[in-house]
Amino acid sequence: MSKNRKPNIITSNGLTRRATLKGMAASAGLMAAPGFVRYAQAQTSEPIRIGFQCHRTGIGAAYGRWYERVTNVAARVINEAGGINGRSLEIIIEDDGTDAARGSEVLEKFANQHKVDLVYGTLFSHVVVGSAPMAGELKIPYYVVSEGYHVASGQMNRYCVQPGITDVKAQVRSMAPWIAENLGKRVTLIYPDYAFGHDHRDFFGPAIEAQGGEVIAQVPIPPTETSFTRYFPQIPSDTDVIYHVMVGPAVLTFVKEMGEFFGTGGPQLFGFIDSLEAVDLNSPGLEFLEGSHFWEGMARYVQPEMPDYEIAYREAVGLDESGASVNDPKDVSTAAHMFGCWETLYVIKRSMEACGYRGPQDRTSLIEATEAMTEMDAGPEHPQGRKVFNGKIHQVFGEQSISQVRDGKLEVVHRTSIEDGLYEPEADYTTMSF
Amino acid sequence: MTRAGARNLLLHGAVLVLLFALNFVLPEYHRGILSRVMVLAVFAMGYNLAFGYTGLLSLGHAMFFAAGLYGAGLTIYHLGWSVWPAFGAGLLAGGVVAAAIGFLALRTTGVAFMIVTLMFAQVFYLGTLYFTTYTRGEEGLILPQASRKLELPGAELILTDPAVRYMTALTLFAAVLVGIFLLVRSSFGRALVAIRENEERMRMLGYDVFANKLLAMIVSGVICAAAGAAYAVLFGYVGSGFAAIQYSILPLLWVLLGGAATTLGPLIGTLFMFYVIDIASGLTRAHLLVVGIALILVVLYFPKGIAGTIRERWLRWLQ
Repeated sequence: MSKNRKPNIITSNGLTRRATLKGMAASAGLMAAPGFVRYAQAQTSEPIRIGFQCHRTGIGAAYGRWYERVTNVAARVINEAGGINGRSLEIIIEDDGTDAARGSEVLEKFANQHKVDLVYGTLFSHVVVGSAPMAGELKIPYYVVSEGYHVASGQMNRYCVQPGITDVKAQVRSMAPWIAENLGKRVTLIYPDYAFGHDHRDFFGPAIEAQGGEVIAQVPIPPTETSFTRYFPQIPSDTDVIYHVMVGPAVLTFVKEMGEFFGTGGPQLFGFIDSLEAVDLNSPGLEFLEGSHFWEGMARYVQPEMPDYEIAYREAVGLDESGASVNDPKDVSTAAHMFGCWETLYVIKRSMEACGYRGPQDRTSLIEATEAMTEMDAGPEHPQGRKVFNGKIHQVFGEQSISQVRDGKLEVVHRTSIEDGLYEPEADYTTMSF
Repeated sequence: MTRAGARNLLLHGAVLVLLFALNFVLPEYHRGILSRVMVLAVFAMGYNLAFGYTGLLSLGHAMFFAAGLYGAGLTIYHLGWSVWPAFGAGLLAGGVVAAAIGFLALRTTGVAFMIVTLMFAQVFYLGTLYFTTYTRGEEGLILPQASRKLELPGAELILTDPAVRYMTALTLFAAVLVGIFLLVRSSFGRALVAIRENEERMRMLGYDVFANKLLAMIVSGVICAAAGAAYAVLFGYVGSGFAAIQYSILPLLWVLLGGAATTLGPLIGTLFMFYVIDIASGLTRAHLLVVGIALILVVLYFPKGIAGTIRERWLRWLQ
């Protein structure tokens, strides 16, 4: 111990009656001050418990694996920095099986058995939509990282929020200006013939028309299809751009057959990386994607002049230069989406700090604190970039990346503005009762 | 009534009283789970009527459950119907689908019947995706909380309340259990069992086998649809996932585990399966492996399902 440092043990001789009375009076005054009680009670040693609804099994398992890693790292980093309101963060994980019914059951388990403060997760829209009614009934905050338009559409309830990842409507709208300017204005859409594909169809058409372009053909692919060659003749010969959003195990076949159909020529290609999340771009059959463009929520590959906070985030979650795990180069990440877990946990942290969150009795205050958020600056808490939160529709808006496949790697060639993706709100959760 | 009949009556009554009492003593989470299990057990009981009692190994019963789910859900969501007529629409949808599919599929037997029902169910599933404009396909629809109220003379039950939900699920379960209990003891029920055991002999005795099987299929479909409609209004979600092949396999699994052609087997199988998954997933990431091992053990030691083996070894009177 330094000689100059004061001893931190007060001896009996150091405490006089006068000093004691002064201290007690000061303490009483402080405790009577507005807000103190809440603050004092927040200093409990009880951890804040967050139930993480995770796709550990089922079709979303690859996403779930990376969502879980990012969540655990973010929680550790938050705890190392002092936690939330002086309390540590505890993540409780349950597998939702990427199933809507199980998702709802898991949410009930979090609320009634684990007694968590709030529930957080998950990616696949059907799990989120299936779980939302239970969140409303149990009156438990449900922070989702799903990128679906379901939250912003207003069909959920006041307890459902999406503050860490942009929604598909904003993503699609923000792509249209760049596509029209750089790839062409006559677009053919190839999409899976169910809700995910329909979202792209319904949102992209008006967006490209606003840029003076048009969708000249739509090619819906039935969900059970395994061979795609017979659909390619439906693509008009004067197509400038093929916009494709195929997902699932058949995507490799889709790309391979498209390559065989068009050979070295053909229209420009633009796709959403959702199709190839957790898939190595150097997988056999994907050579045809060389030169094509993709939407990326966040860059998979290390880019030149990447900000320090983004590099720090990548190191923390264990990404190598190619966006795979530092422990296994074959374990490719879901980089374009999983940052949403990191950012959502920080939004929860900020919201809890803003409302002086103590426990479940403050759940409505927590939602109101999140609703009150607006600007989120890029930085360690928001490594994907700056964001703007719209409290009325419980949805965040952000910048997007457009990347090109060059030498088997994705290089970011354009960054959209937040304004590119903004749209008129269709709901107002703040007018709904709790 | 025979002594066996009295014992069965007593046992089934005791089960219903126990389920009623559990509402007041179970912790919140387990009460919620039991609400779901009872609804799904109704689905399994419907399946048991076709498979266990009539010998119709269907791989397409998800479409009956989903017909009820969508019949109730879509009328509430798009037409603003209240719960009673919507529930009726669900039953009607299930009955119509079961009659149509039964009329076609019952021209086949054995493996062909399995494949035909599987294919029809797949058509139904793809139909729910094809009409995404109305169903929102795999993403599904949320039924507004305000619409999930059950109007009764002089009262309005809020189905989102956990206790009301439990009691509603129990009421449905009890009604179907009593119905099945009476049905399998009736001449129609005995005819179904006889058809399962020896179809040719029944035909030779002058029974219209096709008509009996079709009726069994329709009743089975309506019961499954009742479960689907109840699921929609009680839990507020309607999605294509409930029409997928998984939901055709699950009732088969529940019935095989609990005991085919036993009235309480479907409840036991559904409950067992639910808790094995729930507990195992809390213990290990490889919970599906644990579930698989548990199923193998049950098959080894309870080859006729839990209730079926109990009946064979110890309680011969068990219905």
